[in-house]
Amino acid sequence: MTPRQKRIWMVVGIVGGVGLAATLALQAFQDNLMYFQSPTQVLEQPIAGERSFRLGGLVEPGSVTREPGNLEVRFRITDNVEAIEVSYAGLLPDLFREGQGVIVRGKLGADGLFVAEEVLAKHDENYMPPEVAESLRMPPLIKQVEAGGA
Amino acid sequence: MWTWFHKLASPPHFYRIAGLTIPAFSWAAGLLVAAGLYGGLVLAPPDYQQGEGFRIFYVHVPSAILSMFVYATMAIAAAIGLIWRMKLAHAVAAASAPIGAWFTACALATGSIWGKPMWGTWWVWDARLTSELILLFLYLGYLGLRSSFDDLQRADRASAVLAVIGIVNLPVIHYSVVWWNSIHQGSTLLTPGAMPIAMKWPALCMLAGFALFYGAVLFVRLRGEVVRRERSAAWLREVLVK
Amino acid sequence: MNIAEFLAMGGYAAYVWPAYALVFAVLALNVWAARRSHERALEEARRRLMQEESGR
Repeated sequence: MTPRQKRIWMVVGIVGGVGLAATLALQAFQDNLMYFQSPTQVLEQPIAGERSFRLGGLVEPGSVTREPGNLEVRFRITDNVEAIEVSYAGLLPDLFREGQGVIVRGKLGADGLFVAEEVLAKHDENYMPPEVAESLRMPPLIKQVEAGGA
Repeated sequence: MWTWFHKLASPPHFYRIAGLTIPAFSWAAGLLVAAGLYGGLVLAPPDYQQGEGFRIFYVHVPSAILSMFVYATMAIAAAIGLIWRMKLAHAVAAASAPIGAWFTACALATGSIWGKPMWGTWWVWDARLTSELILLFLYLGYLGLRSSFDDLQRADRASAVLAVIGIVNLPVIHYSVVWWNSIHQGSTLLTPGAMPIAMKWPALCMLAGFALFYGAVLFVRLRGEVVRRERSAAWLREVLVK
Repeated sequence: MNIAEFLAMGGYAAYVWPAYALVFAVLALNVWAARRSHERALEEARRRLMQEESGR
């Protein structure tokens, strides 16, 4: 083997070895890297009330209610199988709306109410002008945009 | 082909050619970025969900793509430098690192600014954000490692090994949004139909402009790196007299 | 087109403009740093040449 071939194999070996190690490490941590749990997962294996965790899903259309006079918002997070009632007092992200994907961090009470300390809104990779969205008939989103557009 | 390649890779020839091509790269980059800015800020319609706020897309996405593209260039150049003991390849890697580090910082910062109003947070330990932060640390580690050597040749070889190791992070960044259920959305530019052409073309202009900008800045830095690695007094004298 | 409306960015001015300003400041910084790096390399080379010549 010429010195150059040796060096080629050295480079291949480094990348291969580190790649393998990284793959194994990521496999091992797969569960911890799960950023949030769905309502179904939470109801199957309820997490004790003292521990804070992340719950993710869609804001159930028609479930958002606001308490008059304070900042508290109540809504249900659903994965289209199960749903969990969430209470949150604070400012909501701009993308928060019915039907939107959200991730909430907080604690699940014994009464089944999830008290959120933080609400994050997800969005997907799709972008389009409002007129196009309207022509695709997505009434709840459009209404929200117009109402919250100012 | 090979004689042409060797001629190009010879320091005096490369130094001269690079000097001649920099203006062309700069002009093309400037025009494309100007077109992308006008298209992205003025012509593109607002988004149905994010309104005008989505325009951060036009600086965030090109920065993020370049942060990875520059790293790939750097790692491949470092591998070529290690295997073929080619000075010019090491010079490409060394000249790319600071540019890539800045693109990575831009991607992280603009993402953070974008995340605050839309997601509701400046930062989350999401797989995409975390792996991009690791990319920044790889660049900084590479630059730090280089500066710890006085001898340029040793700096080249040691830092090249680090650059090659770090390439493992690139697929992790790219697929992080697919492998893990998290907050960062998937790739808009790579998903057919995810963005109408009226919104997409300014992004492509910006991307091409940023890539050419990288080319121009890389060549300016490369000329310096070539001079640093040159031992032939006769040629250096010729460059310095001008 | 209304300039004030354009600058307001639909209420997102506080996010959009700093993001753009930051990126373009970094691009300018890159140009400056690259030029300085090239000039420094030339200065070092000049010093090296002078040393060699005086040593001869």
